[in-house]
Amino acid sequence: MSTTTTPPPGVSAQDLARLAEHWAERPSLRGWFSTVDHKRIGRRYLVTAGFFFVLAGLSALVMRTQLARPEAGVVSPQEYNQLFSMHGTAMIFLFATPMLFGFGNFLVPLMIGSRDMAFPRLNAFGYWVFLFAGLFMWASLPFGAAPNNGWFAYAPLNQEQHNPGLHMDVYALGLLFLGISTTAASINFIVTALKLRAPGMSLNRVPLFVWAIVATAFMVIFALPALNADNLMLFLDRRFGTHFFDPSAGGNVLLWQHLFWIFGHPDVYIIVMPALGIVSAVLPAFTRRGVVGYPLIVLSIVSISIISFGVWVHHMFATGLPQLSYSFFSAASTIITIPSGIQIFAWLATMLLGRLVLRVPLLFVIGFVVTFVLGGFTGAMFAVTAFDQQVTDSYFVVAHFHYVLIGGAVFPMLAGIYYWLPKITGRMYHERLGRWAFWLVFAGMHVTFFPMHLYGLFGMPRRVYTYRSEPGWDGWNLVSTLGSYLLAVGLLLVLVGVVHAVRRGRPAPPDPWEGDSLEWSTASPPEPYNFPALPRVHSLHPAWDERTAESLGAGATADRILSDGRRTLVTSELDAHPERAVQMPESTLKPLVLAGALLIFFTSMLLAWYPAAAVAALAVVATIAVWLWPPRRPDEELGVTG
Amino acid sequence: MSDRGGVVAAATGAEALSTELPVGRSAGWWGMVMFVATEATLFACLLGSYFYLRFQYGPTWPPAGIEAPKLLTPLVMTAVLVPSSLPVVWAERGIRQGQRWRLQSGLAATMVLGVTFLALQASEYAEKLTQFTMTTDAYGSLFYLITGFHGLHVMVGLTMIGWLLAASLRGGSFGSHRHERVRNAAMYWHFVDLVWVAILFTIYLSPRL
Repeated sequence: MSTTTTPPPGVSAQDLARLAEHWAERPSLRGWFSTVDHKRIGRRYLVTAGFFFVLAGLSALVMRTQLARPEAGVVSPQEYNQLFSMHGTAMIFLFATPMLFGFGNFLVPLMIGSRDMAFPRLNAFGYWVFLFAGLFMWASLPFGAAPNNGWFAYAPLNQEQHNPGLHMDVYALGLLFLGISTTAASINFIVTALKLRAPGMSLNRVPLFVWAIVATAFMVIFALPALNADNLMLFLDRRFGTHFFDPSAGGNVLLWQHLFWIFGHPDVYIIVMPALGIVSAVLPAFTRRGVVGYPLIVLSIVSISIISFGVWVHHMFATGLPQLSYSFFSAASTIITIPSGIQIFAWLATMLLGRLVLRVPLLFVIGFVVTFVLGGFTGAMFAVTAFDQQVTDSYFVVAHFHYVLIGGAVFPMLAGIYYWLPKITGRMYHERLGRWAFWLVFAGMHVTFFPMHLYGLFGMPRRVYTYRSEPGWDGWNLVSTLGSYLLAVGLLLVLVGVVHAVRRGRPAPPDPWEGDSLEWSTASPPEPYNFPALPRVHSLHPAWDERTAESLGAGATADRILSDGRRTLVTSELDAHPERAVQMPESTLKPLVLAGALLIFFTSMLLAWYPAAAVAALAVVATIAVWLWPPRRPDEELGVTG
Repeated sequence: MSDRGGVVAAATGAEALSTELPVGRSAGWWGMVMFVATEATLFACLLGSYFYLRFQYGPTWPPAGIEAPKLLTPLVMTAVLVPSSLPVVWAERGIRQGQRWRLQSGLAATMVLGVTFLALQASEYAEKLTQFTMTTDAYGSLFYLITGFHGLHVMVGLTMIGWLLAASLRGGSFGSHRHERVRNAAMYWHFVDLVWVAILFTIYLSPRL
């Protein structure tokens, strides 16, 4: 598959043979299930998240068809509730974050010049849990038992007496299950970025994409527990008769909202932040210069990830909380636009000062800037409490967050797909097909969602399965529906483009874009060991820097080739001074077994088979115990004195 | 100036200088720190929920019909659990010097203290369950969720300690060059202890304030 066959001068043919021997995985069924290679896992994340995106997108098309004209009967109200709930839940939890984590998994080790993630087996485990949790949630839809209370599942409607059946149990357990994967992946990203950077990649040389992923991971570490606590209490309320959200016995329905949004608002940035990182990664190749204001962008990434924990009440301006808290959260919500604005202006300045190369990835970046700024503009309007109270729960809100999420996350992801497709598959995409896809997606997006601002202001509430004919509603709803078909065709063309590239694309050179970060310094697709010699980084743009390039070629030394085993380098946290070479784990089936045991546990809990759940919990403990059991070593090697 | 140089040399010995070399933490250490951080946030959310529901509820807390928690058992539990970190510290320091007997006896002592804590918690539950249960009202739900969730963590910690003990008794597992698993499990155990102090304050002391 590799397009580079001649070994770099500093690395001998024997080195390459030994590296291949230690790192290659034999193509077998067992090998497919037991791989711990971050590139294969990253690809799986991308494909699986893409699959869930298609499912959630098809749900949206059904809804738009239902809403194309007043009082249509395509779906029943019950089905409509499940469709919009699964659409939102899947887009947020099963598509956006895993898709970006897929990019992170594939790219972070390559961008920092490492041979894998810090915990490769944990990485494989995270993927299997994500896959199983996604299937767990989607499998409820054919049974008519899918979540039906919107993606934020407010109390008291999520309680057993108001919402019988398994719907919200699927929601609570599915998200708890998925949370294991997200947390594991986040810890892995943080530790990888701290410890596995190539020698010389001090903190001020870390690519912006890696900064963004790490900031995201920190937000997950501190935000996700709030959602987990919320869902734990919800499940206990529903199944075991506790009263956390039951006002008649001392509970409080607003507790749900507080915990949900303490997670939920950082989650907006958890989704958007890595996507902004993609923008920062794509721009240098197509403007032929580094992104303007690197330290400012890093500062704004860090400050956004902190301030995002102080704005959650702006989702609750219509709940009757004390006025003083409104003022505080209104102010915080206004302040957070400043670091976001800094990033936008830095990208604009980069484009202004650079020489634009107008290829498909850059088109999507420009589409991102236009769409995201419009979404951000309506976002700033919500920071004004009085306005927010007028439009809350109307289609204006739906318009706003689709501008933010499609503009802020999907457009950058599409830019990323076209940009890194050569690296991931080793094939180039078809440029004209890509341009068609861009214009259809861009036009479809705006035709679908811009009218929602209008009929939202005309008073149409969100989450209604149908509506009576009202002035200003009917026509614009039809426009939205037509736009959504256009958008679907555009996205289909993206898929066609990817399949076409994989099947028929011409082979990609290692560096088709003359990009600036390290993933372009190795083969397309990279060998299992990523780099024949780990680089020594001398600047913020290592692939444009001759000394770094030399360290990969003629200047490669044995302490960075490490061909006598499956090894990579560990470096210090701040300055990336080499500390030592560490042994990396071999492929194993244990992650899959552990994720399978968890799947049995959560399914048994859902169906109230508690003895089976207990057995599965024991299997989980046993698998972890075996996984971590230390190998027996002689006492001299261990250093035992008594 | 030469005198002053002497002072500096005396204050900063060769060993102190060498520990300031950039020798960072291991990947495993960072992984455990992040795991403990996210777990601590989970407990913070649960304790935050306790205070939120309490202050939204009204002036009498616990709600009518439930008496304020007695302090004797929880204080004994605290006296058992918090010092249980000391044998772990002692054991970890021992294995750093390659003394396997210290690792084994320290872990065993912690096991005894941890199991005693769980036994005390069980006896406290037996008494409380006659008064109120998880389904009585929101106070009962909070009480059993928070203490039960912590008890579960003690059980997980004890499983780790027992696992270390078993691996150490088998032999060939830990020594002065290989003790990372001991350190990570110890960190988790200290965390479980520390959370108990927060729970003691929230559940048992704060209703009396």
